[in-house]
Amino acid sequence: MASRNTTVQQPVAENQTTVTPSPVDAKTRRPWHAFATPLIGKAVRKAARLAHSGGSAFPGKIAETIDPGFLARTLGQLPLGVVLVSGTNGKTTTTRMVASVLENLGLKVFTNPTGSNFTRGVVSALLDRVTLGGRLDADIAVLELDEAYAVHFVRQVKPRHCLLLNVMRDQLDRFGEIDNTARLLSSVAEATTGTVVLNREDPRIAALADVAPATASVRYFGLDASLRSFFPSDDDMATTVSLPGLGAAAEHMESGQASAAASDGSGVAGKAGQSCPDGDSDTGGRTPEALPADVALMAVGDHQATFRIDGADLTTPVRLEGVYNLYNAAAALAVVRAVLADIRRGTIGTTRAESTGSPDSDASAARMTLVAQSDTDALMAALSTVTPAFGRGESIDVNGSTVELLLVKNPMGFRLSLASFPPEEHDTMICINDEYADGRDMSWLWDVDFTSLRGTGVAMVSGVRAWDMALRLEYDQVPVAEVDTELDKAVERFVTANPGTPKHIYCTYTAMLAVRARLGRMTEVADAGVGR
Amino acid sequence: MSETNETNGVAGVIDVVSLYPKDMNIYGDSGNVLTVARRLALYGYAPRIHEINQGDPWPERVDMILGGGGQDTGQKKIIDDLFARADDLRRFAADGVPMLMICGLYQLFGHYFETIDGTRLDGIGIIGAHTIGRDVRMIGNLVEHSAHFGDIIGYENHSGQTFLDPGVEPLGRVDHDGTGNNGEDHTEGARVNNVIGTYMHGSLLPKNPAIADFLIRAAAERRYGAFEPRQAKDRVAELARIDGIAAKARAVAAGRPR
Repeated sequence: MASRNTTVQQPVAENQTTVTPSPVDAKTRRPWHAFATPLIGKAVRKAARLAHSGGSAFPGKIAETIDPGFLARTLGQLPLGVVLVSGTNGKTTTTRMVASVLENLGLKVFTNPTGSNFTRGVVSALLDRVTLGGRLDADIAVLELDEAYAVHFVRQVKPRHCLLLNVMRDQLDRFGEIDNTARLLSSVAEATTGTVVLNREDPRIAALADVAPATASVRYFGLDASLRSFFPSDDDMATTVSLPGLGAAAEHMESGQASAAASDGSGVAGKAGQSCPDGDSDTGGRTPEALPADVALMAVGDHQATFRIDGADLTTPVRLEGVYNLYNAAAALAVVRAVLADIRRGTIGTTRAESTGSPDSDASAARMTLVAQSDTDALMAALSTVTPAFGRGESIDVNGSTVELLLVKNPMGFRLSLASFPPEEHDTMICINDEYADGRDMSWLWDVDFTSLRGTGVAMVSGVRAWDMALRLEYDQVPVAEVDTELDKAVERFVTANPGTPKHIYCTYTAMLAVRARLGRMTEVADAGVGR
Repeated sequence: MSETNETNGVAGVIDVVSLYPKDMNIYGDSGNVLTVARRLALYGYAPRIHEINQGDPWPERVDMILGGGGQDTGQKKIIDDLFARADDLRRFAADGVPMLMICGLYQLFGHYFETIDGTRLDGIGIIGAHTIGRDVRMIGNLVEHSAHFGDIIGYENHSGQTFLDPGVEPLGRVDHDGTGNNGEDHTEGARVNNVIGTYMHGSLLPKNPAIADFLIRAAAERRYGAFEPRQAKDRVAELARIDGIAAKARAVAAGRPR
């Protein structure tokens, strides 16, 4: 039996001290040899890179072992503190947006690269950025943390702001249950000193307003009612059973409740009107309308989005695909506005700059003076330059075909992707792996409605669990042209067929890595990691 | 199937109840409903699916009941309704209505569930079993062996340890400690008359068509006296194609790490 059968035990050897980001606290618990931590860490990182090809979390492990206060001490130097982003879906995209927008506005941002969304990964990334003297030249950190690791992180470092996106069923073998995941995020909200930014449309997230410290403020990001049908809540996931096309059976179909068999083949859109929370005990009786949204997504168009901020509707061009990413943009804008409010109040951001008077801190103070003047137009302009993150609608040209890579991790994400990227005029491939990072349990595939693919069919199914996926498509009566568990060969055949026809490849996490590696041998594949 | 007829036709309606699809469907259990419906249609029966949530009346006829797993909050939401229906459910079970109860509803179909702090929650006692909460979850891919169904392939994820009463037949037997009903006695699930309780999801029925067909056959025999598919060659071929894919998915799943 695997050793990972309990929920929150993975991060071991975590330091239990809580250190508020301030220069004084940051100096506490400093071992005599702390001066050497960056040097040792960097050396290990370099050695690890030579030995393998990626830096991995190994240097972070070394640094944590020899100097457990390194994380808190280093992040404690930041004049604007830490923005922590967590939730089931959209962490990477949203973190990238927050970091990019803040950078565009003029701040120096530290962020963790894609896939290192656990504490040790943050330490490894920090080792890369600190000077040998242990100084981190940045104004603010924007960190994506996996729900379970976020709990351990906030025991060491209290975030200034947190952005909590959603709780959905994802890799239940890791967290047990959705309500348990909500509890994990609850401890993040409790530890936040500045602003708790919450998804108004997710009842389990909106309810976390109740646990935010009295000294912290709460902001919501939200959706216009017209867009809610794109975002069924996790509790609406139950009834994806759709049976049109069963011949004799179809005419006998009926449903005790309205939702069964109501699929009109349009995927998520078939769930219109059911996404509002039902005011049960989970939500404390809240309805979305009752909560004011600091930023609301009002409308989406072809590469443009309209946000309502301070009562005004602002439309901006965007380079992001899919309504789901645009909702993440609303989330990102809300937390950016919280950061701007901090700077304007001057409540923080004066610490290191004025105490040391070093050139670095003078520069930091100058940056903040500049950023403090950003208006909403500047926010929109900054947002319009953000590009999709790894696997979130990333486009790659191969042999004259545009190949769009779509990361799918859970039923909701898969449904949103299917709804955001219509299959018509495209070839479709689906790659499903079941490694630990993907989730071992395949049952989530049965919570995705694939009937929107019936018309076009699926050209290729691959990945370790290709046959599970093929079986799922078979039961939704989606024609499948080819199934091949050998991912390399399958990808090559798929992308070279029908030159000129654009393609969608839906992949789980490790399948995405393999697909990108394969495409990288055929064409230029950009490093689409978060951060720089 | 040996009973294959020459032409496609409608062999009769089968009324299938999907029990608490709103609150007890955490592990893709709707895949079980989909599988039963599709296979019924391919055998020539007309599936009529009734989603029964709290407060909904039973349909006029009940030929099969499928129930799934839920979180603690989901179980709290349905428990009163389940007790209100308990007499009906016991009567259906005694009368041979085939039922499949996964995870949470499997536990609630037992005598009781004792939580970690010692609180005892009553079940409805259709399956002779009780469950003791504990803080370690049994999670992972699982293959169990059944004389009746062959190897059953799925994924378990539960923290309760379930113990069958003496004489109660398990659904299958597992090879390793730390898996199955309680991690100790190498049993998994239970079968009482035509009622199956199990921790296996994945969903269970798509990859285990033998169990789906058992439920279908039992439903048809109870309602119509016999299981008599009406299938021309196209339906036979379609079912064979589905079972071919299922066989490949089973082979891969059986070899995956826990």
